[in-house]
Amino acid sequence: MTRYAQELGARFIGMLQMAGQIVFLFWDIMRCLVRYPIRFNLLARQIDFIGAKSVPVVIITGGFIGAVFAAQCEFQFRALGMSSAVGPVVAIAMCRELGPVLCALMIAGRVGSAMAAELATMKITEQIDALRSLAVYPTEYLIVPRFLGMMISLPILVGLAITCGVGAGYFVAVHVLAVPGVYYWNNTEKFTHDKDIWIGVVKGFFFGLIILLVGCHKGLNASQGAEGVGLATTESVVDAFIVVLIANFFFTFLLNAIF
Amino acid sequence: MSSPETQAAPLVRLVGVEKKLGRQKVLRGVDLEIREGERMVIIGRSGGGKSVLLKHIIALMQPDAGEVWFREHNLAQMNEEQLVVVRKETGMLFQNGALFDSLSVGENVAFPLREKGGISEKVIQSEVERALKIVDLPRQEQKWPSELSGGMRKRVALARAAIAKPALMLYDEPTSGLDPVVSDSINKLMIRLGEELKMTSVIVTHDMVSAREVGDRIAMLHEGRIYCVDEPKVVLESKDPIVHRFVNGISDVSDAIF
Repeated sequence: MTRYAQELGARFIGMLQMAGQIVFLFWDIMRCLVRYPIRFNLLARQIDFIGAKSVPVVIITGGFIGAVFAAQCEFQFRALGMSSAVGPVVAIAMCRELGPVLCALMIAGRVGSAMAAELATMKITEQIDALRSLAVYPTEYLIVPRFLGMMISLPILVGLAITCGVGAGYFVAVHVLAVPGVYYWNNTEKFTHDKDIWIGVVKGFFFGLIILLVGCHKGLNASQGAEGVGLATTESVVDAFIVVLIANFFFTFLLNAIF
Repeated sequence: MSSPETQAAPLVRLVGVEKKLGRQKVLRGVDLEIREGERMVIIGRSGGGKSVLLKHIIALMQPDAGEVWFREHNLAQMNEEQLVVVRKETGMLFQNGALFDSLSVGENVAFPLREKGGISEKVIQSEVERALKIVDLPRQEQKWPSELSGGMRKRVALARAAIAKPALMLYDEPTSGLDPVVSDSINKLMIRLGEELKMTSVIVTHDMVSAREVGDRIAMLHEGRIYCVDEPKVVLESKDPIVHRFVNGISDVSDAIF
């Protein structure tokens, strides 16, 4: 019992320590943004890696989730004679929840893990020490371009996921399940507002921040050896998933109150 | 190059440096002065803290106690951003090269010059070409670090560390894992860089041939302290049992077998 309590306490302290280190990392990024010029060549590389190369994954995820969600809604609403209500339900769900959350989870898996693995490898092969020895501040050179790349890319990817989800939902409902297209679209326009899209984009922005900070923190704090790289990669995905899902709960209430 | 007799002013001064890694106290009060222009070789047993000591000289690690002076700067009291300014005067060759995987050989070597700024691309290219020729790797700019052998990686890393002509060069086991011919070429390069560019060098090594050939002075690190510092001839021919056993590779393993 005592051992169990000790382990629990150690884990809690570890979590607090990690939270503190992440806050310091964020502060360091902000300081570097103010003090150093932006390295546009590195930023372009990150936008390509985080944004452009994630487009196929996001299109497939957004599209198929929208399609399945529209089909399920139509199956249930048909009995109530409310098939034309599928449109706004799909659109609002995609904008407020499914688009940003699923997009964030995909990017955490594809990009967050890659960031953690790359930085961890750089750490254990002394490349980060080499950067420091060459008078380069690692946060400025390694983290700031990733931060900006993520902050620019993720809201756009969320927008893309929403668009694909709504489009695929329309296609399945109207062309496969024979919901009248005019009613579907009119209801979608009537019940979906700008604020729904903004909520999705704002969530995407903050989820991007979470993925970046968790991935970079795990990479920069990897322990030595190949095992450390593997652990950092796995933990970056699992921790980012958990933090995104918990944060989503609070953002839902907060953003609902704001917008 | 100034001979030890000229007693040039110290460029680096370590005073009572202590460092604990985990539960092990690796450095237990290191005092050492490295004079401007000299080539100081640090020897000692594996895991004895030589690389840790080297990282303290360039402030890649901070001491738990003690002072590390580079010129008039106490590195132990500077933050990472202040250290960036000091590190413009230093270079380090890491044990495994630590080349940046995402950059080609040419980009790796050009890195310090591009970071320095204010140098035209044409000058950078010609400097890179020259540096690679000096380390006997001409026309390798387009290759990637993963395509190079261990010896080639070390030589590229040496070109990268030296291209900005730092005042202080640190070498972490520059000849380990290399064949005698490549080791000899690295030794000669270290001597040339020291003599032609007036660089102060600190070389951590196990290689006694290299220590004899390159060093102006040899310091032996033993049990976390500097056990002796003197000219190579004196250290390598020392009758002190600890120094003698290390220099001549006499182990103290018993005859017992598993």
